[in-house]
Amino acid sequence: MAYALTILLDGVSFGMVLFVISVGLTVTMGMMRVVNLAHGSFAMAGGYIAAMMTQKGIDFHVAVVAGMLGAGVLGGICEFVFYRPLYRKGDLAQVLLTVGLVFISIASVTAIFGAFPYPLVMPKYMLELVDIGFRTYPAYRLFVLAVGGVAAAILWYVIEYSLIGAKVRAAVDNPRMARGVGMNVNLLFSLSFIVGCALAGLGGAIGAGMLSLEPAYALKYIVLFLVVVIVGGEGSFKGSFVAAMALGLIDTMGRYFIPDVAPYMLYVAVFFLLLWRPKGLLPPKSVA
Amino acid sequence: MGELLVRPRLLWHALPWVIAVAFYFFAGGYLSLGTQVMIWILFTLSLDLVLGYAGIVTLGHAAFFGFGAYAAGIFCVRVTGDPLLGMVVATLLTGVVGFLTGILILHTTGVTFLMLSLAILSMLAEFANKANSLTGGDNGLQGMELSPLFGQFEFNMFGYTAYVYTLVVLFLWFLVSWRVVHSPFGRSLDGIRQSPRRMRAIGTPVWWRLVAIYTLSAAMAGSAGVLSAYAARFVGLSVLSLFTSGIVAVMLILGGVRRIYGAFIGAAVYYLVQDYTAKLNPYLWEFVIGGLLIVVVLFLEGGLMSLIDLMARPFRRSTKA
Repeated sequence: MAYALTILLDGVSFGMVLFVISVGLTVTMGMMRVVNLAHGSFAMAGGYIAAMMTQKGIDFHVAVVAGMLGAGVLGGICEFVFYRPLYRKGDLAQVLLTVGLVFISIASVTAIFGAFPYPLVMPKYMLELVDIGFRTYPAYRLFVLAVGGVAAAILWYVIEYSLIGAKVRAAVDNPRMARGVGMNVNLLFSLSFIVGCALAGLGGAIGAGMLSLEPAYALKYIVLFLVVVIVGGEGSFKGSFVAAMALGLIDTMGRYFIPDVAPYMLYVAVFFLLLWRPKGLLPPKSVA
Repeated sequence: MGELLVRPRLLWHALPWVIAVAFYFFAGGYLSLGTQVMIWILFTLSLDLVLGYAGIVTLGHAAFFGFGAYAAGIFCVRVTGDPLLGMVVATLLTGVVGFLTGILILHTTGVTFLMLSLAILSMLAEFANKANSLTGGDNGLQGMELSPLFGQFEFNMFGYTAYVYTLVVLFLWFLVSWRVVHSPFGRSLDGIRQSPRRMRAIGTPVWWRLVAIYTLSAAMAGSAGVLSAYAARFVGLSVLSLFTSGIVAVMLILGGVRRIYGAFIGAAVYYLVQDYTAKLNPYLWEFVIGGLLIVVVLFLEGGLMSLIDLMARPFRRSTKA
């Protein structure tokens, strides 16, 4: 029982990181139909900024917030310079330009931080084991769970109950109609792009203990983030939450029970799931 | 000869091949670089068929390149070192993989297709990583011993045989692509790219056409993989990575999409840039390639071939579409 709960906690905390990083991507792809392969680069940027600050001796919590803000600012700049001209172009142009951004981010990170994994220094209390009733558990994972949970709750509240959330949902469901009734979809999109990149940065920073920071990060994990978005259904927040949790659990269980086949089990599952439901598990209403 | 005077464009068509043959004699230490360039030209050409002409946006094409390379490598280690038989078998096998995956995933479009193609690539990569006894896993596939071509020409460290072999295979596939692109079948792909719905309405079996070109292109990418395995007599896990797919897409867009010679220019320029910048600084080339990609997408949609068109325009008397 304790064993099962441990796996559950491991899986959910990993899923939390995946969700926090990927939720911005679902907005980008759902609202503007932009195939953004550079999303992992923003998560990487957030992670590296935070790691650099902790190595300089700055408080971990401050560093994480700085990583989040830094990724958001970078996202804003990139949106303005590179993504604006992209909206009207086809899938191919979007794929290629964002791959170009990935290359540049990898080269920049290698140039600044070196080619080897770059550790994020965690405060002492996070490296300890905490007694959680049935066993002891790493404090770091609990921290990730808490931060991810709070971020997800705030996001859910904003999207479901605030005016801006309603606008975002409308724009994802039907951008043309949203424009037709006078919403400034472009501004809305820029805003959610920046927030999405900031969340990716947050995920990259707090998740550095699970998805280790290295120059290949941007390319290595983008497939995971895309899986979350597409399995969940493009533009669907609930969908990406469910998909991220499922992915985290399946991956963790695989590592525990069937380490030999686990890596491709995941892709096989995704493959057949997408053949069965090409629009994902929980697509937004208008797409379904 | 009279033909040539009337149609000077024929001379242009001969140009890349003349350069390739001349390179053999003057390259010296750069010969293996030339072989690499030709391998990637072939791979880029195969991507142009699906991505450029048929409009299938895929990021999983490295799956076929890698499959071909591993198939040839394993065939060489386990069965026989005959380079001709190995090429035929590995190419056909890759074609079969292309056909099977194609019929499964070509029903979907856009991002879902992109994801499915990535999933196939990732599955193969994980398999190659785990199946140690077959593929050598992390260490790569070693111990390929090719028997001499026609019993005469050895694949050795100087790479003369590999160069000529690659050149001939590239030329054959070039003829195939040229024929396909300029056939009614190629025209129908053009139509499918522009509007699958209308093509279906006028009675084109859209899905089968896509499966057909996907299979052909997979076989072609497989051949390129075989050549890369033969040139290095080694296959590493990196052939099955997203990075490989990315690089080939860069070459294609750099040269120009839907221009057969775009593949030639794209791959050659890529290697020149990589070779030159990597000497200055080991990671500068990724930066330069990324930058080039962005510039081409934003400002130069036809790739380098469109620049050549622009320069050639004053010399051309009749404007042909």
